[in-house]
Parts: sequence; structure tokens; C-alpha cells
Amino acid sequence: MSIPLEKASTLVAAGDVRNRDWYIDKLFHSFMFICGISAVIFVLGIFVFVFKEGSGFIIHQLDWAEFFLSPKWRPTSAIQASYGTLAMVAGTAAVTLISMAVALPFSFGAAIFIAEFARGKTREWLKVVIELLAAIPSVVWGFIGLMIMNPLIIDIFDVPIGLNVLNSGIILGLMAAPIITSIAEDAFKAVPDTYREAAEALGATKWQVIYKVVLPAAKNGLLSAALLGVGRAFGETMAVLMASGHALTIPGSVFDSIRALTATIAAELGETPVGSDHYQALFAIGIFLFSITFIINMTADLIVRGIKNQ
Amino acid sequence: MNSHSDPHTDSGATRATTPAATSPKERLERSAATQPAHKISIRDLSIRYGPFTALSGVNLDIPVNQIFGIIGPANSGKTSFLNAINRMDMMRANMNVQGSVLFNGVDVTSWGNVYALRSKIGVVFPLPVGLPLSIYDNVALSPRLRGINNKSQIDEIVERSLKRAALWDEVKERLGSLGSLLSGGQQQRLTIARALSQDPEVLMLDEFSIAVDPVTTMRIEDVLKELKNQMTIILVTNLVQQANRLADRTAFFLNGSCVEVGDTDALFNGKVRDQRTDDYINGRFG
Repeated sequence: MSIPLEKASTLVAAGDVRNRDWYIDKLFHSFMFICGISAVIFVLGIFVFVFKEGSGFIIHQLDWAEFFLSPKWRPTSAIQASYGTLAMVAGTAAVTLISMAVALPFSFGAAIFIAEFARGKTREWLKVVIELLAAIPSVVWGFIGLMIMNPLIIDIFDVPIGLNVLNSGIILGLMAAPIITSIAEDAFKAVPDTYREAAEALGATKWQVIYKVVLPAAKNGLLSAALLGVGRAFGETMAVLMASGHALTIPGSVFDSIRALTATIAAELGETPVGSDHYQALFAIGIFLFSITFIINMTADLIVRGIKNQ
Repeated sequence: MNSHSDPHTDSGATRATTPAATSPKERLERSAATQPAHKISIRDLSIRYGPFTALSGVNLDIPVNQIFGIIGPANSGKTSFLNAINRMDMMRANMNVQGSVLFNGVDVTSWGNVYALRSKIGVVFPLPVGLPLSIYDNVALSPRLRGINNKSQIDEIVERSLKRAALWDEVKERLGSLGSLLSGGQQQRLTIARALSQDPEVLMLDEFSIAVDPVTTMRIEDVLKELKNQMTIILVTNLVQQANRLADRTAFFLNGSCVEVGDTDALFNGKVRDQRTDDYINGRFG
């Protein structure tokens, strides 16, 4: 005999009870879901907040040409306030350039050594030490720039001041190096060993294997590592504030002091009345920074995605 | 079909116990064994990975310009055997090789420049390895490694290698596209073309047909029959019939030792010294 279909749907199978395990599972799911989307909520929240604070100024008062093309940042001038970021952008760019010139050769070299040459214990130790380097707080780096690099640069290059593009570039390069190294190492490790074996079987030396096969295969990962390093150097505040000299000039040489976009916000925001033009102009710089780092990280992410889809 | 009744091995110890040669062909082979007509000679070869022994006490000779087949089930030491010949053991910290591998009569461990040795020995791996370079660059890699920079010379090597590997007609219009995007069978022929681009004296193929369709396998087999006039080929295969079709001589490896070496015709006609060889060839185990 069979149960009619409409009746069967109302029946409850024996043993179909929502017990404790079922509720714990549901609870666990909801909790993980909240944790999972919290990052998205925070990012959106920050985005909205920064835009809200800066939007009034951007929409009604901001002279775009002045903002991007004038080097004069005089937010507190009583006669004529001006909000030009060109000097800061140039300063930040110069420091980032120097930092990459310092960081990239070292980081890629270290990554090649760890991924291709180091074995066993050496490799593990190196990775731990490099991670340790990444954990040094930025204010400590700033301190090193201020107290060690500053007199060193004055002595070696015989310049009047050691807080300049060179100093902050080196400090930022050392700060970005661990991140670039570990991402570059991942890129090298993602190259299948079969590639190395195939090249070695053709009689390629270790260097030829790396240069002709591993580097081309890992180039997207390396590019993305470099971009993330750029993002790190661009967005760093405290160390740059301490090591750059904080002087509003367009740098003509690596021995000129500069002022970074980030450092300007950090140094001035506490001194401005909430809601004033100056306050809002600082938020406009924040939006500008946010957009640039967003673009850099997005590009890096797209490149990494490109590797996976290959 | 074969005139001699006793398929011999090349090991010195067993050779002493075999009856005197009767047929002219066998006498010829015996005398050849004493001359350096062997491209590669293996003496007392043992390979260990830590405590695990992959291969022990192998003695055999690989004649010039022949296809030498190696058959045997998985884990019988076939791939380790190939790795010992082109000294890939140097890259594996735990691989320990004992005994000697003579290449053109000289021990491979005595080569000061191991890269030069490897460039004389082409290798084709079980799974095709299309390097993430263009088809052209894949094949041009080896000549470039050897320092050839002349464009027309490389062009010629690339074309000749791809033709020899029976791939030219399929890719000549798109030499610039990525080698890793070719189909499996094409990639395997690309790998063979790459191995041929170094004009090797020995070509070692390790179960090349594992990821290749039957039609392509047959095409590659035809290629190998052509190539053996120009080079010595070592064919490790998991297909017993492939060894039967191609190999002049065949060795049977089992559990890390070389059970038997003999003329392929003899082995496949039941003229075996060891019953296990016959069982394996006829599919009664393995």
C-alpha cells in the first residue's frame, strides 16, 4: 500500500528532530557569516565616512586644477587659503620611487634564494626572520630614520640635513621588502617543478633555469608583489613623517626634504576645527590616497587572478 | 622466429654461464659487447632514497642506434634508472646512486660540466611539459642555452626539430602562441621537438604515451622508428606491446631489480630465462 502524495508531505519522518547539534550548526553558520561580511561592512563604512566628511568641500569649493596642479598648500592663510597637493604628490612619488629601487632588487634576490636555493632549516629560518622584519612597528622605523640614518646621511654625503627623500626612501624600502619578498616567493613556488626539471634536462644551469624559465613563468606574481610594495610605501605615514623632513617642496634631488600626503593628514588633522575647509581638504586628500591605493591593490589582485586563470 | 635459443643478459656473471654462441647473429652480438659499440653501459647500479632501495645491482648495455625498451610495473625503478643516466640525482638531496653509468665508455660521474652531459641526452617526461613560452621559444630554448644567437640558425633548428617530431604542420602558422596551450598530444610532441633541438646522442622517453591519445601515440612511435637511425633511444614504457612494436632489445624491471634483458623478439616469443618475465609480458600479473 502507498501513502497519497499530498498526505506524505505533511508526515514527519521518525527521527527527524531538530536537536542540539542542529541548532549549534545553525548558530555557527550565522556567526561565521557575520564575521565573513564584517570586512565588507567596515570597508564600505570607512568609504562612506571619508567621502561624507570631504564631500561638501569637494563639491562646492574645491578647485580641481589647484588641487592637483598647485604646489601651494596654505590651508590656514588668512588672506587667501590655497589647497594644492602637487608638492606632496611629487614628494610621495619620489619617496616611493627610491623605496622601490631599494626594495625590489633585495626582495627579488631574497625570494629567489629562499625559493630556489635554500633548503630545509636555512629556508625555515630565513622565512621566520623575514616575517619578523615585517612585524617591526613603523614608528620604530621612523626612529631609526631620525636617529641613525639622519646623522649617517649628513656624514657620508656632506649635506646639511639628513631627513630627506633618500632617508625616507631607504626606510620605506626596508619596510616594504618583507612583504614583497614573501609574495615573490609564493610566485616562485607556484612555478611547477616539472618546468625546472624539463629545463635542467635540456642542460640548463641553475641560473639559466631561473632566468629563462622560472622568472618568465612567475612574472605576473612578481609584478603583483612589486605593486603591493608600492601600495605599502605609498600609504605609510609615521615612518615617512619622521624621516622625510616634512618640508613642503617639490624635490629636486634625493637630498631635499619633502612632505608626504599621508604625513600631512597625520600632522594637521588634530589641529583643525571639525567641519572647516581645512578639515574637509584633508579628507579630500584622504579620498585621493584611498583611490590610489585602491587602484594599486585592485591591479595587483587582477594580475594574480590572471595567473590563476592561465 | 629468432634463431638463438638462449636470450642472454648482458651481465658478465650470467654471460659466463650461458652455453657457447651458436648462431652468427649471436656471435656478432657477443663480439660487439666487448667493443665500445654500446652507447651506455650500466655496471652494478644501485639507487637508494634514504633507507628505501629503488634499484639494485643492475647490469646492462644499451647498443648504439637502437631502441632499448624498459618494461615493468610501477615502482620497479624505471624512472630512477633514467635519472641516474643524466645525473638528475644531483638535484635530489636524498637520492644516492652507486655503481657506474658509462656514457660512450666514460663514467658520467667523471663529467666536470654536468650541464654539457645533459645537453647530449634528451629527456621526454611522462606528462607533457609545455613551458609557458611560445612554441618557438620552447624549441629554441636549448640552442639558446648553448649560446646560438643567430636568428636564421635558430629558425632552422626549430623547423627541423618540429618536423622531426611530426608537429610542424600543425603549428607552423602559430609559432608565437603559448606552448602550454596546445593539446596534450601536441604538447608531448613539442616536448620531443624540444629534446631533439639539442641534437642529443641519446633520447630517453619515460612513459611518453601516458597522456596521449592512441592516434598520436602511433604517430610518435613512427617518429621514433625514424629517429633510431640517428640516435640511441631508451624507451621506458608501461605498455608491453609498445616495447614489442618498437624496441630492439628489452629489459624487464621488477621491484628494483633487472630481471631480464634480451632481444625483444625472443622475449615476446616465450624465450625467457625467468618465468616472471613471461608472466608479465602476457599479462598474468602487473
